[in-house]
Amino acid sequence: MANFFSSSIGRKIAMALSAFFLMSFLIIHLSVNLTSLFSADIFNEFSHFMGTNPLVQYALQPVLIFGVVFHFVMGFVLEIQNRKAVGVKYAKNLGNSNSSWMSRNMLLSGAVILAFLVLHFIDFWIPEMNVKYVQGDMSGLLDPNVADSGFRYYEELVHKFESPLRVGFYVLGFVLLSLHLLHGFNSAFQSMGLTAGRKKMWKNIGAFYSVVIPLGFIVIALFHHFNH
Amino acid sequence: MKLTLKIWRQKDANDKGRIVDYELDNVSPDMSFLEMLDILNQQLIDNREEPVAFDHDCREGICGTCSLFINGRAHGPDREITACQLHMRSFNDGDTIYIEPWRAKAFPIVKDLIVDRSAFDRIQQAGGFISVNTSGNTQDANAIPIAKEAADTAMDAATCIGCGACVATCKNSSAMLFVGAKVSQYALLPQGQVEAADRVKNMVAQMDLEGFGNCTNTGACEVECPKGISLENIARMNRELIKAAF
Repeated sequence: MANFFSSSIGRKIAMALSAFFLMSFLIIHLSVNLTSLFSADIFNEFSHFMGTNPLVQYALQPVLIFGVVFHFVMGFVLEIQNRKAVGVKYAKNLGNSNSSWMSRNMLLSGAVILAFLVLHFIDFWIPEMNVKYVQGDMSGLLDPNVADSGFRYYEELVHKFESPLRVGFYVLGFVLLSLHLLHGFNSAFQSMGLTAGRKKMWKNIGAFYSVVIPLGFIVIALFHHFNH
Repeated sequence: MKLTLKIWRQKDANDKGRIVDYELDNVSPDMSFLEMLDILNQQLIDNREEPVAFDHDCREGICGTCSLFINGRAHGPDREITACQLHMRSFNDGDTIYIEPWRAKAFPIVKDLIVDRSAFDRIQQAGGFISVNTSGNTQDANAIPIAKEAADTAMDAATCIGCGACVATCKNSSAMLFVGAKVSQYALLPQGQVEAADRVKNMVAQMDLEGFGNCTNTGACEVECPKGISLENIARMNRELIKAAF
């Protein structure tokens, strides 16, 4: 098994497995966020559950962070190895005639998504960790000293999307996520060997997922920006 | 036709190499691409210059020897043909044509446009075969029932001529289409099952050892393959390796 994951195909499969995990996470994240479009209360309830449930906080969250870091580091490792395998470049090479821009620039789209994640962590995750685990306030209330002050999550979300600059960067991040997924979704299934004989079906499912998920996040960002 | 040719010249493996420009006149559109290079070489010989070294053998698209990266594409602009099947009518009078060797660390240049593709031979030797006892009791292969679809898919994989266009066009110099085809042609047939696990493990290990890159599924290899070998063969190889490892 150790041999398997040190082989070229094994590493690609490890990359695909981490991608599957991240793609499932996106569905859960989007599902929770979509509730903010129609009900502040439901969004608050979900957010409070996710933010305080021990299973989510102490088991799934570390696994998720590991998944992101692994996918990112592995992406770089594979890119470095691939560059080594190439050697001298062609004087003339028409890449567009045989492959998509997305497939040739996964590192670029991945880097923009990573930059987005850094901003996203600064915006939401780090303040959240600070309130809960540094200040020790697990109440989730706007004012922890006032029991009926209501949950803070929806207010924080709306506040973050006031800045057009931030909304613009979020939209850009999700457009690049869409491009990354347009190649990555199918690539992950191909690496797992699941596409043999079912190529067209996976292509359609991949295209649907890659457009709908990022679009959902964009709609949420724009909705809160223009509605408040 | 009158052409400007920009050809990679490299004296030997240690030479740095460079693109050299040549003017060639009176090229017939009915010539094959290799015949055009023959004309150029005759002109060079007449002028007491060193002719351009390039690989060729059958000149009918089945031996996999020709290996030219023409105007930014493996085997030139047309689909599902080798460079020897490419004709000058695919170009226009006055065109400038870049002619380069396959580029990959695992395919070192021998001279000019000739590269050493023995890495493919070593991958084949690592497992691209079935062991058959030829003592006289060998069963007729036709006596073994094989589903039509499996036989056809195995045959499609077996049409790979090992030219290396997949490696040459891949942005990662990955050999996975070649190895995927060679693994698939046996994996789909009953005769290939006995040694299936060792075959895929040994061929992938040799591929990695030779220094080919990792597949990132861009699909360029499938587009440029003169035999139209499908990416599904890579998926099948991956599945075979998962099966063999766990």
